Amino acid sequence: MRTAAAALDLVRPKSVEQALRAMADDPSLVPIAGCTDVFVGLNAGTFPGTRFLDLWPLEELREIGIRNGAIAIGALATHAMIQESAAVTSRIPILAAACREIGGIQIQNRGTLGGNVANGSPAGDTLPVLAVADAVVVLRSASGERRVPFNAFFTGYRTTVRRPDELIVAFELPPIVDVQWFRKVGTRAAQAISKVVMAVVGGERPRIAVGSVGPTVIRCTKTEAAIAGGATFDEASHILEAEVQPIDDIRSTASYRRRVCGNLLRRFGADTGR
Amino acid sequence: MPAVGTNVPRKDSTEKVTGTARYVDDLVFPGMLHARTIRSTIPRGRIRDVRLSFDRAGFTIIDHRDVTGRNVVALIEDDQPLLAEREIRHVAEPILLLAHEDLDTLRRARVDIDYEPLEPLFDPTRSTQLLKDLRIVKGDVEQALAGAEVVVEGEYRTGHQEQLYIEPNGVIAVPENGGVTVHGSLQCPFYVHKALRIALGLPDDRIRVVQTETGGGFGGKEEYPSVIAAHAALLALKAKRPVKLIYDRLEDMLATTKRHPSIVRHRTGVTRDGRLVAMDIEVLMDGGAYVTLSPVVLSRGAIHAAGPYRCDHVRIEARAVGTNTPPNGAFRGFGAPQTQFAVEVQMERIAEALSMDPARLRELNALRPGDTTATGQRVEADCSALQVLQQAVERSDFHGKRERYAGTNRGIGLSLFFHGAGFTGSGEVKLASRAALCTTERGVRILVGSAEIGQGTRTMHAQIVADSLGIPYEDVETGLPDTSNVPDSGPTVASRTCMVVGGILQRCASDLRERIGDMHPREHFTKHGATVVTKEYEPPHGIAWDDDTYRGDAYATYAWACDVAEVEMDPDTYEIRPIHFTAVQDIGKAIHPVLVAGQIEGGTAQGIGYALIEEVVMREGAMANAQMTNYLVPTTLDTPTMDVVIVETPSHHGPFGAKGVGEMPIDGPAPAIVNAIRHLGLDIRQIPATPERIAEAACVSA
Repeated sequence: MRTAAAALDLVRPKSVEQALRAMADDPSLVPIAGCTDVFVGLNAGTFPGTRFLDLWPLEELREIGIRNGAIAIGALATHAMIQESAAVTSRIPILAAACREIGGIQIQNRGTLGGNVANGSPAGDTLPVLAVADAVVVLRSASGERRVPFNAFFTGYRTTVRRPDELIVAFELPPIVDVQWFRKVGTRAAQAISKVVMAVVGGERPRIAVGSVGPTVIRCTKTEAAIAGGATFDEASHILEAEVQPIDDIRSTASYRRRVCGNLLRRFGADTGR
Repeated sequence: MPAVGTNVPRKDSTEKVTGTARYVDDLVFPGMLHARTIRSTIPRGRIRDVRLSFDRAGFTIIDHRDVTGRNVVALIEDDQPLLAEREIRHVAEPILLLAHEDLDTLRRARVDIDYEPLEPLFDPTRSTQLLKDLRIVKGDVEQALAGAEVVVEGEYRTGHQEQLYIEPNGVIAVPENGGVTVHGSLQCPFYVHKALRIALGLPDDRIRVVQTETGGGFGGKEEYPSVIAAHAALLALKAKRPVKLIYDRLEDMLATTKRHPSIVRHRTGVTRDGRLVAMDIEVLMDGGAYVTLSPVVLSRGAIHAAGPYRCDHVRIEARAVGTNTPPNGAFRGFGAPQTQFAVEVQMERIAEALSMDPARLRELNALRPGDTTATGQRVEADCSALQVLQQAVERSDFHGKRERYAGTNRGIGLSLFFHGAGFTGSGEVKLASRAALCTTERGVRILVGSAEIGQGTRTMHAQIVADSLGIPYEDVETGLPDTSNVPDSGPTVASRTCMVVGGILQRCASDLRERIGDMHPREHFTKHGATVVTKEYEPPHGIAWDDDTYRGDAYATYAWACDVAEVEMDPDTYEIRPIHFTAVQDIGKAIHPVLVAGQIEGGTAQGIGYALIEEVVMREGAMANAQMTNYLVPTTLDTPTMDVVIVETPSHHGPFGAKGVGEMPIDGPAPAIVNAIRHLGLDIRQIPATPERIAEAACVSA
């Protein structure tokens, strides 16, 4: 049953500074932006939070630009904005591809990159891309700013290194020179939560990340090392199938997810001529 | 200009397109309360204690002791309580009802229930609770099987399916005139009327049921609105205020009915050259916790279980059993999609066993006029199984593609199927439906209990009446049924609204024409005031059915169809993508061709969901994916191009030759798709054929 609306509080800051002060004062505040997943939880009466901080109007967190050679994407950039950004489509087209696979157009207009990451679902479609891009998460609090490698951001199922007083303000994605590849597998052709979602970067230092096959998105370092060491993609696929840690859930089975991971890596190999 | 056979504007289109149509949740009554249902959270057990942990000020609260009539949902059997007394048989069983004028306060109210849990049963094969069994026997199956040159056996399984109408279940009950009026999203106003009479213990004339504009039903609003209407009415009568009870999506998916899961076993004897000599079929359906409509779902399923084939020796043994899941119920197709999935995959496996072309096997055995069905019904001249098969095969280039796709990641498969129009057996005679016409200052008004649920009832009825009277379509008025001023036309189910109710309306029209002579009804109204003509269903001549032996004419007539599915498998993800679909369907006469094509396309899309995507995940007797984020139905991207061919072999039973069209389109897609998957070399005998199941099958065949 739906959560009673009267039981909820909403704080609406006018600036990032105000937002950070509010978070410092009240660690129970849940920062929200597009609310595309929060609303699903509230609708089902399963969302635990009751106090919310509405970041949506903070335009300064919506910018996409180039900073020191990296693409800097504001946490409030929507999936629609990311798809339209020339900086993204020219440098990291797989991020645009991932954003195109998230929900429908309405969801893409509301959902943000910061929300996709902060929500922490292992099925988040942009997460494998951020993982293979070696992205940096920029966290800010009233007491300062720190940069955390995306691949050290998640600590477990829906848990992160973000402190309750910290806000994700941006992501920095260094350039990717090698071939990049992305594939989402859902229950239907569109508007589905991922059963497996994979991003791969080729070249001398191969990078592979998979979502929906563990408590968090995972970088498959053993498989990467095998490929770097000269393993064929067929051999690497077997290593990958052992490296991922999927479970049976309401959307799929562990064995299916393992096999598909292996197949997708073989497909990457075939697509990129190896 | 005749209206029948043309695509006249829908009677309900302006309101629906402009957003002025009012659905139940759009209605507000002065002093209205909102209601909420407190439900069981265990699949089986006894209630020990119910504690209300909230301030009761402003609340109206009801439990089984407040039921003023009988505490039953009146349907076929009276086994289902409106509100649980002590025994709990399924998750989400209603126990307590709360109403309050503030929705938020209502949502915050906490109720704690202690249970004494009992061991639940979820496996229908282990159930000893028989809800219904029946037997159809033709010839001598054992002897014929013993003499058969080849015997093919198989077991086929189908899962639950959720109707997923766009508007969830909802009603508003208003105390008035010493009784109650219920406005609601529903298919069968008179079913609700009867259920209310029994639940409230009020006389007929104190109860009024008015259908509000309804956002889809697919059978899901056949029986459940009786439950929700009685709940709201009990609250309204106790509170003496209007009460609105609307389910949200989660509650609707968790608590209301779904398609019966089935297990069907076949043992078929054939000659080496492909003639069916014996069909031995066992049908098991999981009815869930109460009887609801299981006996009639089982009946339709059993009658369609041998497919549209000629065979002298047939035995169908069918059982519906109880389990501790929410009761299953009516869903478009009503048992026939399950059993025709089984027989059509079985036919494919027979063709495989005989190394025979699957279309040829069906061609050899398809019913022809004069042949008899499993119940011994002699099919008439409108039996076109062979024609639809041949047309679908030719049109889809079945044989060419069968060859070209072989060894690729594409497959092509077909299904031949039929669907009886109207109630099964003596159902229509027992219903004795009535319909009426009334002259008005505009022309004539249709008075029926049939519900428009998106399928085009009002439009199609108006077309039939317009042409039968020889007046313009625009001069025919239609409206929402209100039990206080329309006759009982029976429920809006069973593909009967056109053939049966439309047929009664046609007779009303010819009677009215006789009475008013050459005059336009408007002219007659101006001169003589309103004239009302009411007619009752008349059973067609020469139709006989025996309920005890299950022999005879199960339906007045059948519609016939053949689907051809072409699919592509993603070798990496095992996803099956339908790439093209051919549906050749003979429905007698398309009163409104665009609406008919819509029914065929929509039913096909829903059938594709049933075949490939839609999986109700049950955990401890509760739907674990009761959200639209996790119970997925096809989008336009999952639905292929469809080549829909409407064939019109007229039946003398329906108006202008029409038969039923609403349900048949969902019977064929699942077997056609699974047979196309079989063409890829994958042995699938269970739907939905999810990528997970395909991967397993690929593992076995690799």
